[in-house]
Amino acid sequence: MQANKYIAIVVVLIIAGFVFLSSAYTVDETEQVVVTQFGRVIGDPVTEPGLKFLIPFIQQANYFPSNIQAWDGQPGQIPTLDKTYIWVDTFSRWRIVDPVAFLRTVTDTQSALGRLDDIINPAVRNVVTSHELIETVRNSNREMTTLDQEELDDVKSEAIKEVVEETEEEDRRQYKIKVGRATLTKMMLDEAQPKLEKFGIEIIDVKIKRVNYVKGVRNSVYDRMIAERKQMAEKIRSIGQGEARKIEGDKERDLLEIQSGAYRKAEQIKGEADAKATKIYARAFEKDAEFYTFLQSLEVYQNSLEGTDLVLSTDSEFLRYLNDFKSDSE
Amino acid sequence: MNWDWEKLQQRQKERSRTNGSGTGGSGPRPPQVDDIINKFKNFKFSGVWILIVVALLVLLAGSTMVYTVQTNEVGVIQRFGEFSKTTQSGLHFKLPAGIEKVTKVKTKRVYTEEFGLKADELSDSRSFGVSNDEIEVAMMLTGDLNVGLVPWIVQYRIKDPYNYLFKVADVRQLIRDMAEASMRLVVGDRSINEVISKRQEIAVAASVRLQKDLNEAETGIEIVTVELGNTNVPEPVQDSFNEVNRAVQQKEEVIYNARKDYNQVIPSARGQAEKTIETAKGYAINRINQAEGDAARFLSRYEAYMEAKDVTRRRLYLEMMENVLPELGNKYIVDSQQDNLLPLLNLGLKKGVPNAGQ
Repeated sequence: MQANKYIAIVVVLIIAGFVFLSSAYTVDETEQVVVTQFGRVIGDPVTEPGLKFLIPFIQQANYFPSNIQAWDGQPGQIPTLDKTYIWVDTFSRWRIVDPVAFLRTVTDTQSALGRLDDIINPAVRNVVTSHELIETVRNSNREMTTLDQEELDDVKSEAIKEVVEETEEEDRRQYKIKVGRATLTKMMLDEAQPKLEKFGIEIIDVKIKRVNYVKGVRNSVYDRMIAERKQMAEKIRSIGQGEARKIEGDKERDLLEIQSGAYRKAEQIKGEADAKATKIYARAFEKDAEFYTFLQSLEVYQNSLEGTDLVLSTDSEFLRYLNDFKSDSE
Repeated sequence: MNWDWEKLQQRQKERSRTNGSGTGGSGPRPPQVDDIINKFKNFKFSGVWILIVVALLVLLAGSTMVYTVQTNEVGVIQRFGEFSKTTQSGLHFKLPAGIEKVTKVKTKRVYTEEFGLKADELSDSRSFGVSNDEIEVAMMLTGDLNVGLVPWIVQYRIKDPYNYLFKVADVRQLIRDMAEASMRLVVGDRSINEVISKRQEIAVAASVRLQKDLNEAETGIEIVTVELGNTNVPEPVQDSFNEVNRAVQQKEEVIYNARKDYNQVIPSARGQAEKTIETAKGYAINRINQAEGDAARFLSRYEAYMEAKDVTRRRLYLEMMENVLPELGNKYIVDSQQDNLLPLLNLGLKKGVPNAGQ
């Protein structure tokens, strides 16, 4: 009998342990639980992690993730408002905010992803289709430089700079956006979110992971890029030509300036010297102009009469003594 | 065959009897209530068995109570699923499995995610066989609606293990998705030229953007660095980009030549100008010196002349005549009384013969 008593105690203990264990459950930091009793929801969902209890066998714990989940969109071809086919790949982050609603409508994460597919994909499509391509690509109207700044640093000519800046300005106008990507993704979110509320799901954001031209469009895009590059190459070459012309012009101008400057200065120096010399002569000769004339005449006779025939009259002063030796005064 | 079968049963019976409780349930015979009662009886009588089982249980529990955390990680302890604490490196104790759970997170380790780097290799070697997806990762639309190839890497580490473990499911995938989204956002606002020439700036902008997104998502991730590989354009377009590079070279060359020309001409012209001016200066000095010399000579003569005017005049005149007369051609002396001298001179003959010095 004693043995049977022990056995009974052990059995009771085992059963009690078993009941205890099956009534206790743990909720992880990343989980939340909805307790159901024969399929009926009992109490508020358990969102705090830790050790919890329920009535074993009758009640059941249904686990749902409480952390943020990922949804990856099916990339698809979508035409934009300007009829370009692009490949848009989106992703979204979502979480279960109302696990009771979630349990009733979608039951598990896998089918939730299916619902998200059904709702977010069309939202993405609607938003992309109703906007021009540039709105999906760009996020802000940040100023872009289409030519390297270094290319422009080389350029000294103001006229060339102006032309280049004008074309850049044109580019900027062409690629100006009205709303931009951030607003577009917000629109996708706003379109999808209300439809997901009844599933107890909240989308935190929708983001565009990739945008690309579809294969068929790519080649024509490449052709355009090539044409653009060729145009740019021409532009750069002509900038070079223009800059070279400017340098040539500078050369001509500098050359003429230097030469004429030198001429002007030289003539000025000469003129001043001439004037000074004239003054020096005048100051000296004006003491006796007649004597100067006399001296100068004598000089001229000496230098210029060589070989000339000369007729001299005996009347002249020079030959006075040829006929007569008398002095004048006598 | 019959005797074999009997023997086998016999042996089986013997074995189960000798083995006792240890492997009682493992025989082909289903366990009987009697056996179970017997087993418990045996348990009760041999305290040794109880001790062994208890020791085993303690050992099992004990082994889950000790854990080590390496120097590059931290241990995150959850009690019944609820976060309780983090522990630093070293040997630690915890409550046994089922109550406390430890997750080790390598917080010092730097993780690397690559994006489209193989596409970069592809465009370099032009080899095939790289999956299309690799190119898709790197291929991006730029702000001027061109297509660029931007491969890059993101290095990150786990800064906040709590957020990392509990806030977001599949953090790695989220980092990849967010990295792609933020890089495309940055590239989407830049021209293809900027994408190719300003890699550093783009890397910084993408890193800032990505960190902001990851903070908002409470991932507990810290971006260490974002680095761009060789940014390029798709292969069919590369030639035309090279042409732009060539055009840049040509531009530089044309400008260089013009500058060279300028530099050849202008300094020489400046030298020439200097020379002209210096020559003029020489002329000036010469002219003034001459004038001063002439003036000085005249003044000296004038002073001498003033002392004896008449005599000097005569002397000078006669000296001149002395010098001039020998140099003259025919000299005719005519008496003042002679009326008609033309026949004598025979001047008519000289007409049309200038400079007649014979």
